[in-house]
Amino acid sequence: MTKDPCDRCEELLQDYLDRTLTDAEWKEAEGHLSGCDYCSRRYKFEATLRRYVRVSAVERMPPGLMDKLAELRGLDATA
Amino acid sequence: MSQPEPDTQARRIATEARDRARFEEEALALADQVYRVARRLVGSREEAEDLVQETYARAFRSWKSFTPGTNLRAWLFRILTNLNVDRGRRIQRSPQTQPLEETDYYLANKLASAGGEEALETDEVVERLSQDSIVKALSEIPAQYRDAVVLVDIGDFTYADAAQILDVPIGTVMSRLHRGRRALKQHLAEEAVG
Repeated sequence: MTKDPCDRCEELLQDYLDRTLTDAEWKEAEGHLSGCDYCSRRYKFEATLRRYVRVSAVERMPPGLMDKLAELRGLDATA
Repeated sequence: MSQPEPDTQARRIATEARDRARFEEEALALADQVYRVARRLVGSREEAEDLVQETYARAFRSWKSFTPGTNLRAWLFRILTNLNVDRGRRIQRSPQTQPLEETDYYLANKLASAGGEEALETDEVVERLSQDSIVKALSEIPAQYRDAVVLVDIGDFTYADAAQILDVPIGTVMSRLHRGRRALKQHLAEEAVG
């Protein structure tokens, strides 16, 4: 049974963006994306979302923590 | 075996002290990155601070087991994730709220039906998701999937590094990552569109 090409393209989405597809899968995805706005938009959306998640998740180190870590220098292996 | 000459021994001690100081300096230079990733693996700022301190304490004690020239950040995270699992501090979801396996287009489909197909091509569509909702959705991913998502998508580790850190095969990292990302999108969809 052949899959709906958009379902197949959806399956390839994560590996496509991670660049872990085989050459054959890569060609398959590219071939479909070049003619399908529906999937192209969703691929673009996923790439934007990943960047946004990365930026949004950042929380700076609390003040004082660096000093506490620096104080741990020289800890004895037996301590 | 005969005792080393006193000056040889003094030199050895001096070299070791220098190697150790260099190791500590390199590890401390990574602290900001380590905290950033640790913060998303646990539920609160305090827990992240504790975890990072315990990680550095252990790293500084066992600095000799680090092989110079290998990936220090991955080595620190191996310690950190082990400590995190040992202490059972990872954010846990209750089993009855495990997400359904949604597909990869789920969130995009939801947003498209609310704002139109063309909206998916704009940056604004993701910027409407608040930072809080991203952080909350990350914390709602089941713990073992979340570790993979946080290490790869926030910590920028390769699959191979993540596999080493989590002590699982690469294929396991990939499947946890894929499922974790789908869970993230499902939580965001619930948050954003209801």
